[in-house]
Amino acid sequence: MKHKSIRELLAEQPFFHDLRDSDLDLLAGCGENAHFRAGETIFGTGEPADYFYLIRTGRVSLDIHAPGRADIVISTLGPDEVLGASWLIPPYHWNFDAIAREETGAIRLDATCLRGKCEDDPALGYRLMKSFAQVIVDRLQRVRLQLLDVYGTPAARANG
Amino acid sequence: MVPTRYRVATKRQELTDTWTLGLEPVDEPLEPWSPGQFNMLWAFGVGEVAISISGSEDDTLLHTVRRVGAGTEAVCALAEGEMLGLRGPFGSRWRTVEARGKDVVILAGGIGLAPLRPAIRQLLLDRGSYGRISILVGARHPEDLLFVEEMSRWAESPGVDVEITVDTASSGWSGHVGVVTSLMDRVEIDGSSVHGFACGPEVMMRFAAKALTDRGVAPTAIDVSLERNMKCAIAQCGHCQLGPTFVCRDGPVLDYATAQPLMMVRER
Ligand SMILES: Cc1cc2nc3c(=O)[nH]c(=O)nc-3n(C[C@H](O)[C@H](O)[C@H](O)COP(=O)(O)OP(=O)(O)OC[C@H]3O[C@@H](n4cnc5c(N)ncnc54)[C@H](O)[C@@H]3O)c2cc1C
Ligand code: FES
Repeated sequence: MKHKSIRELLAEQPFFHDLRDSDLDLLAGCGENAHFRAGETIFGTGEPADYFYLIRTGRVSLDIHAPGRADIVISTLGPDEVLGASWLIPPYHWNFDAIAREETGAIRLDATCLRGKCEDDPALGYRLMKSFAQVIVDRLQRVRLQLLDVYGTPAARANG
Repeated sequence: MVPTRYRVATKRQELTDTWTLGLEPVDEPLEPWSPGQFNMLWAFGVGEVAISISGSEDDTLLHTVRRVGAGTEAVCALAEGEMLGLRGPFGSRWRTVEARGKDVVILAGGIGLAPLRPAIRQLLLDRGSYGRISILVGARHPEDLLFVEEMSRWAESPGVDVEITVDTASSGWSGHVGVVTSLMDRVEIDGSSVHGFACGPEVMMRFAAKALTDRGVAPTAIDVSLERNMKCAIAQCGHCQLGPTFVCRDGPVLDYATAQPLMMVRER
């Protein structure tokens, strides 16, 4: 079976559906395939956010480590979801750990390469930012709903 | 309507604050019931609470009750062999019959899985009448998930997907983390041929219905179950009245086109 090129794989990702063919040609030059074993750390809190990922198969958890407490999983991501937005905003460091929960396949996009292409072509940068803004707003809505703690009893919520 | 005496035949602890009581009639049993309907459970000397029927086994009616206040606490404290009063069954049913021929997406949050369980059992007994069945379940923590063994049996049925998520978990949990609506991303549907069922806290149901309508499901093809404080349960006291609708009689299960404006009305 013929392996698909990065360009073909990017075109399959719903996240990139609003981008133009010429955009994908440019982005493909910044991408490569990545594979992670179950339990493998993809990136850790505080490390430089040099990449972002589009998950193709498997599942990734976003974990926060709080001293004196067990690590907390704040979210899990699966196929066709974007992993990582910290590469967009200075100081370009990850704010949580990303751990492959299953054998995971992803496209890894090099942030320095991408930032360079966006600087050179602001219209591409704008289109890419619009795609990210959609994902970030969706995630914000979900986090708000999580914070509401809708399944708790009113008494338990009042007591935190 | 006078309560009928029932005896606690079985009692099973589901979660730290939730029990399923199997109730058998002492006198004449109540009329037959349909999934989605509820009974008023009267713990003698304490008061009545509205509880959905979560299933039945032979003559025994199952009610899954979460302890949140005096009424539910008294019901949950009943031991096997003890008696309580029952009135019912009241209210509307899930439209499982009307959903025949369609794919089905079910979104259940927290204790909301209990009122949906008999509907799910009915769908699975009549498996051939439906397309894909997706059961999406959310809870606060992994230890708050109801009916875990039964859910894994459902997942073994052909064409049935069961996806489970929790709002937060420690890193030992290997399942999904995120709100129940995030599981919709994992379901492939053609909205025009889907019937949706949602049950859980009202905020969760609003988001569930939005997730379904965003995917092209008509509001009239989504069932939600409203939970309003109830007293008489026979459309007389006005306690559960929202405009022209009596939730005890016209609900609790309503289609979302009807329920949406009512969900905006604050409880009295
Ligand atoms: C049609 C219908 C079906 C229902 N089905 C079920 C069911 O299958 N299982 C079940 O456990 N409950 C169910 N309920 C909810 C149940 O009726 C209430 O939890 C109960 O009436 C609370 O009475 P109480 O005396 O224990 O608490 P109250 O003293 O009335 O309330 C104590 C505290 O709990 C809060 N509270 C009340 N209701 C809820 C709730 N639903 N969730 C969270 N907090 C609440 C109150 O705001 C208050 O802070 C249903 C309600 C309706 C209307
Ligand atoms: S509970 Fe009395 S009118 Fe509905």
